[in-house]
Amino acid sequence: MNIGDKMEVRIGLEIHQQLDTSKKLFCNCPTILRDDEPHFTIMRMLRPVASELGEIDQAALFEFEKKKYFYYQGYYDSVCLVELDEEPPHEINKESVMISLTVALMLNMIPVDEIHVMRKIVIDGSNTTGFQRTAKIAFNGWIDDEDGRISIKSLCLEEDSARKISETEDYIVYRLDRLGIPLIEITTGPDIRNGEQARRVALKIGRILQSTGKVKRGIGTIRQDLNISIEGGARVEIKGIQELKLIPIVVDYEIMRQKNLLKIRDLIKNKPPPDGKIYDVTEVFSSTECKIIKKSIQNNGKVLAILLKGFKGILKEEIQPNRRFGTELADYAKVYGGVGGIFHTDELPAYGIKEEEVEQLKKKLKAEDNDCIVMVVGKEEACRNALNAIIRRIEQAYIGVPSEVRAANLDGTTRFMRPMPGAARMYPETDIPPMVITEELLNQIKANLPETFESKVSRFMKEYGLSYDLASLIVDSPYSSIFEDIVKKSKVNPSLIASTFEYTFKMLKREGIDVDSFDKNIIYELFMSVSNGRFAKEAITDILRWLANNKGKGIDDAIKALSLTPVDLTEVRKKAKEIVENNIEMIKREGEKATKKLMGEIMKIYRGKVDGKIIYDILNEEVLKVLKS
Amino acid sequence: MWCIIMNIGYRGKALELLKKYDVNIGDRILVKTKKAIFKGILMPRSEIGDDLHIVIKIDDGYNIGLSIDSIEYMEKLLEKVEETPHVIQKVKELLPNLPKVSIISTGGTIASKIDYRTGAVSPALTAEDLYKAIPEIGEIANIRTEILFNLLSENIVPEHWTAMAYAIKKYIDEGVEGIVVTHGTDTMGYTAAALSFSLRNLPVPVILVGSQRSSDRPSSDAYLNLKSAIFTAVKAPFAEVGVLMHASSSDDELIVHRGTRVRKMHTSRRDAFKTINSKPLAKIIGDKIEVYEPYKRRGGELELKAKFDNKVVLIKIFPGIPIEIFDFLIENKYHGIVIEGTGLGHAPEYIFPAIKRAIENGITVVMTSQCIYGRINMNVYSTGRMLLSMGVIPAEDMLPETALVKLMWVLAQTNDKEEIRNLFLTNISGEISERSEYW
Repeated sequence: MNIGDKMEVRIGLEIHQQLDTSKKLFCNCPTILRDDEPHFTIMRMLRPVASELGEIDQAALFEFEKKKYFYYQGYYDSVCLVELDEEPPHEINKESVMISLTVALMLNMIPVDEIHVMRKIVIDGSNTTGFQRTAKIAFNGWIDDEDGRISIKSLCLEEDSARKISETEDYIVYRLDRLGIPLIEITTGPDIRNGEQARRVALKIGRILQSTGKVKRGIGTIRQDLNISIEGGARVEIKGIQELKLIPIVVDYEIMRQKNLLKIRDLIKNKPPPDGKIYDVTEVFSSTECKIIKKSIQNNGKVLAILLKGFKGILKEEIQPNRRFGTELADYAKVYGGVGGIFHTDELPAYGIKEEEVEQLKKKLKAEDNDCIVMVVGKEEACRNALNAIIRRIEQAYIGVPSEVRAANLDGTTRFMRPMPGAARMYPETDIPPMVITEELLNQIKANLPETFESKVSRFMKEYGLSYDLASLIVDSPYSSIFEDIVKKSKVNPSLIASTFEYTFKMLKREGIDVDSFDKNIIYELFMSVSNGRFAKEAITDILRWLANNKGKGIDDAIKALSLTPVDLTEVRKKAKEIVENNIEMIKREGEKATKKLMGEIMKIYRGKVDGKIIYDILNEEVLKVLKS
Repeated sequence: MWCIIMNIGYRGKALELLKKYDVNIGDRILVKTKKAIFKGILMPRSEIGDDLHIVIKIDDGYNIGLSIDSIEYMEKLLEKVEETPHVIQKVKELLPNLPKVSIISTGGTIASKIDYRTGAVSPALTAEDLYKAIPEIGEIANIRTEILFNLLSENIVPEHWTAMAYAIKKYIDEGVEGIVVTHGTDTMGYTAAALSFSLRNLPVPVILVGSQRSSDRPSSDAYLNLKSAIFTAVKAPFAEVGVLMHASSSDDELIVHRGTRVRKMHTSRRDAFKTINSKPLAKIIGDKIEVYEPYKRRGGELELKAKFDNKVVLIKIFPGIPIEIFDFLIENKYHGIVIEGTGLGHAPEYIFPAIKRAIENGITVVMTSQCIYGRINMNVYSTGRMLLSMGVIPAEDMLPETALVKLMWVLAQTNDKEEIRNLFLTNISGEISERSEYW
């Protein structure tokens, strides 16, 4: 099915990439994430600041109404008073500005003349200050895609937020290690027309970022958000897509969702909207066998319900694979009421709720056969918030698709996250002086722009004799700079080095070996040892495997343990002679082809200890001697 | 902070350019530069900026600086900016019969409003503003507000202390349940000491409150501090001058420090204020006040003694301190010198002749310690004993800043040498304790 056909779809990308600087954006803490036990925890609350007109941003109010408080975890040696919002920010990190300007110029953008840091209000607790510091670095750029030019609207340099560790009904726990890591935010214009194109553009921008050699790699270091709008639908922002290959799926599923919501709009247009009445039906379930309800009632919880006239079957309408209209409503109930989910009569009796209970319920609400009853379970206030949110969501269904922020699920479907924020609430960060970008600085950066992906791939093919595939892989990989280093300093064949990184490492990874934790110095030493003939290239895999299983040990230990001490070649020749003599008949019959047949036998003895090529040459010489004689 | 933003800030070449095209701050303008065309609102410029750039807020909310050298053309636009839908916050109806609390504001921005269009931050000081900013206040007290000054606290002088004391008296006479004074944090400790001495036989609590993070940010400590200060003004059983601030970096516990015992001990942390050499007045967690004895109970008739003698200085002893400092003070007929001495209360012997001469010239000389923690004892070493014999008054376990304020206050009460000494060494408002408690 080509879902995007015949319908105008406009897609914009927002890419967030962490920079690999030595210091954070507004303090001198290292940019490292930690999993060891935090050294301290503090507790904070946030509240929206009223504006001149007494108005409060809808998104900000939404967070405040949850009335959550926040715990922040920190480390004495890598989190300072700046992340704790206990000291004013330091001046903006120069290295980050240089990287941002480099990327901006590679995206054909116009840098601002003077950088001003702003405060963008965010009160979900992910920033201790209650705002994210962000600065516009450049605008009005473009990149070329095979289906046309894509405009790059904006490049901002901002601080990453704190990392969410856990959440309960009352509070959220964040870790401060990530807060303040420099982040580049690149926004494209809404010029992308389909999911595949979105993936290509994201990949291209990602490669430009990587070409600086100054961006972090690995899970969570780059995040893609999508802005999608469809003719007749609404603009929806989808956050947290971790993998590029998911982008086309997310786009297709979102188009599907919006089309299905429009279909539901037509289905319900003649049905009366909810009357807003909320019924307490706890009594009906006083002796229920439904575990969820039973447990909740035991904890002084309630069961509240609303009646939807004529809605029978509507909540079962599928919107995305395995997601129904009922699921959309449940999302709202979860987010606004903090309840676990919803029950509705389209799917009852089930979950231990009995036929008689459903009948009693219908009787109590005076429901007719083509009606639907939605129930939630929990503390009374939570239930009311949840049902009111559901009522609001159903009211929106009569109009069509609500404009909102959604989070991507792992399968490419999405769930409601929060309402769309109003125009960004921003005001100047007066604690940080503006930074002037001079022409000299720009000229200096222009003169030193990094190689693009394409030119680096063709250089690797030309200079190192790599195939296109291998060159692309190694340029895309985090090993591209160590690869060039080793190629320049050793005599090892570049293709072997590249394929070790791209193929051997991947194979070891499949075996469950943590190849990312290999020390760069050890990898370097490994190839220098091959280069110096300390062992044969065939032994590389075994050595890597041994090193992974013997953390803290070095190459010398591996050579010893695997008894890879180099073999005297005269011994090899002696063995070759011996094998040849035992196979004279065969050699005379097969001619030079015999060498290949005999290789297996001799390799059994010397694999990994002597380079296969050398063994072959010696064996072949001995075979030829027999043939000549 | 807000004054920086409100300041026009433009000067020199940038200002000339703005004049040339007749555009003003807050105007929506179009700017054509060599590189591109921009639309946005002309923003004020911080005074630390140069005169070679103008700042505009573009439509996505960001401020950017444009070099005036690249600007080819500018014009004022009259188009309307689309307003985004917003939620208007309503002020809740006050509960009837709430206790009355007066909030006297002297500066600092304990509550703020932001104009997101221009980014300007302005103080929220009316009662209505405060109910809006901190709706919970509406359940605690019926507040009235007065803007007495709008001063950065480093600009506060003893005359302001006097004015504050008179304003407090006015409200106490009107029968309020308690008083809250909002204050910049830099010199809040000095003011707290000054009010402690000025307001004799205080019938209700007077709570000074400030914030270490400006109130224009959602993480500001101002809200919790102010709310708790109002709560304390209503509920506290003590009638003393206190400074209420965070107990730690967390937004959970607050401490009310006794006005004569409190010192700002950190440049930026929320818990910068500490009680020195004593216990605080109270600890507040949620709606519980834990009070520490002894303290003055509510009630009684206020007696105002709010005069201060300005001719008093505080001098910190350091290795190599020039003796001429004292000559200047003697020649200019100063009335009091508080020495922040080393250790138990010492100073280098080469300045002894100057100290002796100061005392002979009628100057009251008091010794405190730069250790901040601990009590003066000038009997242990000979230098101390020599200073005592010259007539230097040991300030016991008083903070140097409190000793300074107290000497200003004492010297405004009396000229009699004996009375000065007696009054200075009498515990007036919890500033001196007989026992140095271990804690």
